[in-house]
Amino acid sequence: MKTPVKLRVNGQAHEIFVEPRKTLADALRDDCGLTGTHLGCEHGVCGACTVLLDGDPVRACLMFAIQCQDMEIRTVEGLADGEELHPMQRAFWEKHGLQCGFCTPGFLMLAVGALERKPDMDEEELKEMLSSNLCRCTGYQNILAAVRAAQAEMQ
Amino acid sequence: MKPPRFEYRAPSDVEEVVGILTEVGDEGKVLAGGQSLVPSMNFRLARPGLLVDINGVKALDYIQRSGDRILIGTLTRHSCLENAAAVPGPLGRLLATAAHHVGHMPIRVRGTFGGSVAHADPAAEWCMVSVLLDAEIIAVGSRGRRTIPAEDFFRTVFTTALEPYELLSEVILPVLPDSARFGFVEFSRRAGDFAIVASSVVIDVGSNGIINPRVALAGVGGTPVRARSAEAVLAGSAPSAELFRAAADAAAGDVEPMGDIHGSSEYRRHLVRVLTRRALERAASEA
Amino acid sequence: MWVGRRLRRVEDPSLLRGEGRFVADVARGCGAIRFVRSPFARGRILSIEAPEEATVITADDLAEIPPVKPMLHRDDFIPVEQPILAKEQVTYAGQPIAAVIAPTFEEAEDLAEMVFVDIEPLDPVVDLDHALDETAPLVHPHVPANTVIDASLTTPGFDAAFHGAAYHVEIDVRSRRENATPLEARGSHAAFDPRENRVTLTASTQGPHMLRTALADLLGIPESELRVIAPDVGGAFGQKYSLAMEDVVTVWAARRFRRDVAWIEDRRENFASFHSRDQRYIVTGAFDESGKLRAMRADVRCNVGAYSCYPVTCGVEPLMAMAELPGPYDFRNYAVRSRAVASNACPIAPYRGVSRPVITLTLERLMDKAAARMGIDPVEIRRRNLVREFPYTSVTGLVYDQGSYVESLDRSVQLVDLERFRADQRAAWEQGRYIGIGFSTFSERTGYGTSAFAARKMDITLGYETIDLAMDPSGSVEVRVGASPHGQGLRTSLSQLVADELGIDPKDVRIVHGDTDRTPYGWGTFASRSMVVSGGATKLGATELRRRLADIASETLEAAVDDLQFHEGKVLVRGTDVGVPIRDLARLAYHRSDKLPPGEEPGLRVKATYDPAGTFSNACHVALVEVDLETGAVAVQRFVVVEDAGVLVNPMIADGQVHGGVAQGIASALYEELVYDSDGNLLTTSLMDYLPPTIAEVPLIEIDHLVSESDATITGAKGLGEGGTIGAPAAILNAITNALSPLGIEVNETPATPERIQKLIRQAQGAL
Repeated sequence: MKTPVKLRVNGQAHEIFVEPRKTLADALRDDCGLTGTHLGCEHGVCGACTVLLDGDPVRACLMFAIQCQDMEIRTVEGLADGEELHPMQRAFWEKHGLQCGFCTPGFLMLAVGALERKPDMDEEELKEMLSSNLCRCTGYQNILAAVRAAQAEMQ
Repeated sequence: MKPPRFEYRAPSDVEEVVGILTEVGDEGKVLAGGQSLVPSMNFRLARPGLLVDINGVKALDYIQRSGDRILIGTLTRHSCLENAAAVPGPLGRLLATAAHHVGHMPIRVRGTFGGSVAHADPAAEWCMVSVLLDAEIIAVGSRGRRTIPAEDFFRTVFTTALEPYELLSEVILPVLPDSARFGFVEFSRRAGDFAIVASSVVIDVGSNGIINPRVALAGVGGTPVRARSAEAVLAGSAPSAELFRAAADAAAGDVEPMGDIHGSSEYRRHLVRVLTRRALERAASEA
Repeated sequence: MWVGRRLRRVEDPSLLRGEGRFVADVARGCGAIRFVRSPFARGRILSIEAPEEATVITADDLAEIPPVKPMLHRDDFIPVEQPILAKEQVTYAGQPIAAVIAPTFEEAEDLAEMVFVDIEPLDPVVDLDHALDETAPLVHPHVPANTVIDASLTTPGFDAAFHGAAYHVEIDVRSRRENATPLEARGSHAAFDPRENRVTLTASTQGPHMLRTALADLLGIPESELRVIAPDVGGAFGQKYSLAMEDVVTVWAARRFRRDVAWIEDRRENFASFHSRDQRYIVTGAFDESGKLRAMRADVRCNVGAYSCYPVTCGVEPLMAMAELPGPYDFRNYAVRSRAVASNACPIAPYRGVSRPVITLTLERLMDKAAARMGIDPVEIRRRNLVREFPYTSVTGLVYDQGSYVESLDRSVQLVDLERFRADQRAAWEQGRYIGIGFSTFSERTGYGTSAFAARKMDITLGYETIDLAMDPSGSVEVRVGASPHGQGLRTSLSQLVADELGIDPKDVRIVHGDTDRTPYGWGTFASRSMVVSGGATKLGATELRRRLADIASETLEAAVDDLQFHEGKVLVRGTDVGVPIRDLARLAYHRSDKLPPGEEPGLRVKATYDPAGTFSNACHVALVEVDLETGAVAVQRFVVVEDAGVLVNPMIADGQVHGGVAQGIASALYEELVYDSDGNLLTTSLMDYLPPTIAEVPLIEIDHLVSESDATITGAKGLGEGGTIGAPAAILNAITNALSPLGIEVNETPATPERIQKLIRQAQGAL
């Protein structure tokens, strides 16, 4: 049975009407029209659907939209400030941290969320954090380089 | 991979949770962090008719000390335990090490201690730690509250002593003396994955050798197990490389692992020997 | 010069903003298709029951669609037909049997569960060796010994050369089954336009034109009734080149029900979409006293699964192996038997490298084994056998253009400081630590053109690429290409080629791809071909446009064409500051055709086709590993690549291809394996069972480039998309074997899992 759910995404209110089984990822994509959050596995391993929930990176495929009322959700669409890319986006661009771009929104949100919580992560911590998500194209090397570059700028 | 239909309730206190669970019986399932439940629902392996979301029951999210015991509320997120200072002494360090082995950061900020214990994955860190430390598991139901010793709690893969109308509300762990030392070693092929085999030990070395040795293993069968013969080998003896090898051999003899695509029975038994020795060495060298 | 610059990619901003457009982003609010799949590997379909009033499509509904019949015109090939939906029988677990359509994907999944298919299971055969066993069931009654292709070749005088050699070294290499695992699974969205009676199919594909041809042929419609768009594609690695039966149903349903429908594959389905590898090579090298390879005998067996992939057929694996097994080594006597073996496993389709990762693994293990046997250094035995003079014609008649086989090996020896490593290794062994080094030298054949594909004798000869290039009146350039990139950054690198040719900024060049309405017929992006073939066509087109502009400028500037120079958006008379902006020439070409030189057509449009014979890139990979003797775990500590892919148009993109390729090679070597049980059930159906590596498992990859000047391609670029994946498994298995050499262990199976390695260690220690 469908239920009204209020989501707050990137500072904007979305009143949607969904079944309880609608995952946060599907609700963002289908009901809020925010298709930047991608589904790579729907069982919480690949991390492509990573969004920030009250600042924490979470797998949006492992939460139901109905659970997320009154929480602050941030997605890849909210990273840039108008024309101005977020330092993390800019660093991925400059360091060639993406190829097909499918995993990219998840990596961006993961790294932004983690560095906002802990800006001074060292190399090992960064790698440990990034091991949460899968990329099939880049071999990760340039993703790490990008995150390091963005870290310097975000500090 | 979309989950089957279910009804959803989000009560705000324990009484209400228990009331709903009692009312719906087998159809109900508690949703805590959802990091194991939701994947199995997306695969349509789990098909609860009603999800009882306890994330709004803030009273279940706590870490408290009560005398020589630490009480962990079921809704405590894995990430809260990553901070060794959250719990005093060697127990805090042990929990922080174990917490760090749980999945990945986005899993740890969402997943819960009680949820993991109730899910009863035989490779899960908190299940092994519960058995290692003889945790008391508190179940609350309409007939009241009962305490279940960890070793009785885990029945087999994904199966526990919890009744459908019961909520796992708390796990109680003993505070470890400052002289206690631990070792926690996992083997997985890829970072953050469930262990193929994990071994954890706690020892306390006194003037008369090792006192209160504890050895627990995960990934060796339907439930985490205590390696009692290994503990017997260790008790009262002075730590040495030879002793640790003998204890590790005994641990390997204590298990009859189930094989699967991640590791045959034979390989798992071999890993028990290797990892238990390494866990003991780590404990002995822990500052 | 723009070529050679590490230019940021024009593709990236939209992807970074979450404004990419992948097929699932399009497939919203339309009918949701879900497939009912066989739970059995082999069986007879007795009945299909579905809820009344549900939209359910079965083979009976598709009676007018012929089966897919991928063809090779060879006497040693037996064609196998594949029904779009299983008819009367099922042949592998996961095979689509029926499709349902519902308002949402959730409901489609609900409905699919309610379709009951009664199947009488039959004994399947899934394992390669079992399928070749005389007692094995036949997957297809008309295919004896389950052998779909049985090709062989023996050079004259082979026997004498082989038997006369001083040393015979045999190797038996096995690669297990893998899945390409693009992060985005497959999917397609078919929009029906009643006004034009036309379907627009947005599909996650590597070859939109090929897909349109396949679908139109099967549905019996003119191609004009179908438009295929490849939107942003979330990785493919070969898996998205072959025809998906599901796409046929999707287009059929859109036409039949006159509505928009979509199929979005989920991860579990993708694990049974197309598989790869699953090969065994038994090879004997015959060496003379000096370590020179004199003859090679090979028995190649490829488990190709239940059906043949369209269009390239299941022949792609064994036939490539037969032709390319000699690799970068010079020898003249060769005998090979190469078979494609059918089984009740999921069909095989090309995956990055096709059979070359296994070819290279076999050859490079052979070289190391021979070196050990003869007491020669592994580097030295390679030096003695690598091809050195170009063009070189191989024992199978392939012509190798200029390369740097020996040089790349020597350079990598230098980069890893081999002498120092050997010293470190001796010290480590003494301390009970097992570190090892492994080399892999190989050639990567790329830019297969018509002649190369024709040799394979497929029904469809792939090869050329065509581009349409136009400068509009504002002076900006649009290039429409038949290639269909999906992460390779081709828009960026092609724009660099055009910019150099025309003296303009790459920003003023727009590359259009992935739309059959807007691009010329082409074969798409696969086999490391796009920079070579599409790049070549683009360069030809840009050169022709430059000629046209020069003719016009020559008239305008009253200067000889040879005196003109294209620079920063202007055509200048060399040595003067007299010039004209290119955009003025463009304006003139369209709007003042009265001023054009006699014979010059109005407008600025050119078409160009390029069809090279092919080229060979080469590389040397070196892996440094440490093996944990107790657990069998392998840590890759260093990975060095010396690559020669000729001219690098965008070195940043080229390096990215090497990084990603090596990561997939490491995945093959150590992590990824699809496992079937003996009943043919796929046991690895999640990313917790099938293990693509994370950043923690992939080391920093150190790259050095050599640039051979080759005239095999007109850009000088040779292609390198697959090299990383081809070379890495051999380097790693050689390194593991080297680390464990004190125990006399050989590792010849991928993935070299900790359990497999540990078992070998225990056997060597006499513990088993």
